[in-house]
Amino acid sequence: MIKESKIRKPLILGHKTYGDITKDIVDPIMGETPKQWKIAFTIACIVALYGVGCLFYIIGVGIGSWGLNKTVGWAWDITNFVWWVGIGHAGTLISAVLLLFRQRWRMAINRSAEAMTIFAVIMAAIFPIIHMGRVWQAYWTLPLPNQFGSLWPNFNSALLWDVFAISTYFSVSLVFWYIGLIPDFATIRDKMVKPGWKKFYSILSFGWSGRAKHWTRFEEVSLVLAGIATPLVFSVHSIVSMDFATSIIPGWHTTIFPPYFVAGAVFSGFAMVQTLLLIMRKVMKLEAYINLRHIEYMNIVIIVTGSIVGVAYLTELFVSWYSGVEYESYAFINRFSGPLAWSYWAMMTCNVISPQLFWIKKLRTNLQFTFFMSIIVNIGMWFERFVIIVTSIHRDYLPAAWGEFKATPMDIGLFIGTIGIFFVLFLLFARYFPVLALNELKTILKVSGESYKNDNNKH
Amino acid sequence: MANKVLHVMYDDDQKLLDAARALVAQGIRVKDVFSPFPIHGLDPIIGVKRTRLAICSFLYACTGTVLAILGTWYFMVSDWNMNIGGKPNFTWIENAPSFIPVMFEFSVFCGAHGMALTYLLRNGTLPGMPADNPDPRTTDDKFVMEITTEDNHMSVEELEAKIRATDVFELSIKNY
Repeated sequence: MIKESKIRKPLILGHKTYGDITKDIVDPIMGETPKQWKIAFTIACIVALYGVGCLFYIIGVGIGSWGLNKTVGWAWDITNFVWWVGIGHAGTLISAVLLLFRQRWRMAINRSAEAMTIFAVIMAAIFPIIHMGRVWQAYWTLPLPNQFGSLWPNFNSALLWDVFAISTYFSVSLVFWYIGLIPDFATIRDKMVKPGWKKFYSILSFGWSGRAKHWTRFEEVSLVLAGIATPLVFSVHSIVSMDFATSIIPGWHTTIFPPYFVAGAVFSGFAMVQTLLLIMRKVMKLEAYINLRHIEYMNIVIIVTGSIVGVAYLTELFVSWYSGVEYESYAFINRFSGPLAWSYWAMMTCNVISPQLFWIKKLRTNLQFTFFMSIIVNIGMWFERFVIIVTSIHRDYLPAAWGEFKATPMDIGLFIGTIGIFFVLFLLFARYFPVLALNELKTILKVSGESYKNDNNKH
Repeated sequence: MANKVLHVMYDDDQKLLDAARALVAQGIRVKDVFSPFPIHGLDPIIGVKRTRLAICSFLYACTGTVLAILGTWYFMVSDWNMNIGGKPNFTWIENAPSFIPVMFEFSVFCGAHGMALTYLLRNGTLPGMPADNPDPRTTDDKFVMEITTEDNHMSVEELEAKIRATDVFELSIKNY
């Protein structure tokens, strides 16, 4: 049996048994719907409906209802897209990269982080699809046989790479998540007493019975999927960054973009995981499983990636000056002193300065402070994309072509709407799906569970 | 003699592991084990072979790479020579660097989904399939070993006696 060092703090607190783990996760699913959930769900539904309304309006009248103009052709839409994709990075990173590194602390948070990933990627996909203008022709991005003189999409274009990257990332994450869910659905199926729900979970569990051979295959599939999802995590945001980096716009045309975007994505993804989990652990009473140790580790990831992002910002500034290209220099001078300087400084404060406070142990183990910081980082990362996109293009090469961007109610409505839809999906997940990976938590109970660790120490 | 199935239940994975080791040493064949999570170290004891799913995944991924190469060649070079920004696609190899992202993504796509489908089909776990774990507690906190008289040239009584010697939680004998 694997033994863990005595110095390491336990991951599962209290005197839990295998049965307790099942009970703690399955009982809330079988029980009555809590009032708090109903209230939160109603609010999320209203916001989501408003978003859907805006969506129909935008599709109905066209994207002229956004504040875009001839100079600023990309603004909130692509900002929101990149922001959501970035948030969608933490889930697969937690489940794939941390699985390869055999990090046991991932087991309490991977399930909900993966769910968050999937929902965030769905939200992200809404924006470029609407931005195409004719939503009903979105399938033209795929190389399908056609009668337009046999017209294929351009495989040299970063935008097409993105179609492949996002759809692969979404579908692989979904499969990875679902394969992990199957045994846990089986647990709920066997515990459930209400016949209708039993049938529901029985269908979802695909008839899983937990045979030894099936578990061997399960572990192999998880490992291999993690192995191939790891380069996928890095490729997706690299390719998103190439949408910008392969263009000839000063401020976008830089080789630093792929690693800088990946670090930023992990940074914002972990911040969103913190925002959601800090609420979830409290409401669903999961403090024994998601404890201070998990929160602290995630905050450490936030310091590391936040610092990488900070270094990237400074490198960008330095290189724009060092390159001697006046257009490049101007793009950056305009960023920090132009009409949109406020957004640049908001980004700098939120992303570079504030996460450094996590070096102080007292702060990174403080739940309220962590929650506050996670919101700050989410805001900062939204501004990062806004700064990169809008400040780089709003002052074109010719002053005659300079433009401004003003968000319209449709820009704002759709963005807020996607947050609503995201929360609707996440709340449904939290209510009806096993929010922690039961089967994985049980495998670490004897190694990292508090009571077992103490038992081991006695011998 | 009718085939009888013995379902031996343990309340701890370590107990099951010790029992399996002891029973197999006495020449008893354990047909299967049902557990709520993977028990590490069990497979070599009860003779479960290593799965070849990883090899499958590799082959699916290779298929994906080949398809992506063929696709990009057909779409961009053979069927219609696209001329983008004065950079025409006369040969595949000249443009290969810009096809790498799609080749990579498509390989991962095929490798992951091919393996996932193979996994579900080989397990027989598909939507609507009935579950066949002998006891609903095996997905919670109990561990069941399945032993049949057919596999073992012993009488039920003999088997039972040997099983009782281990740290059993519950034992049920059914006719098949």
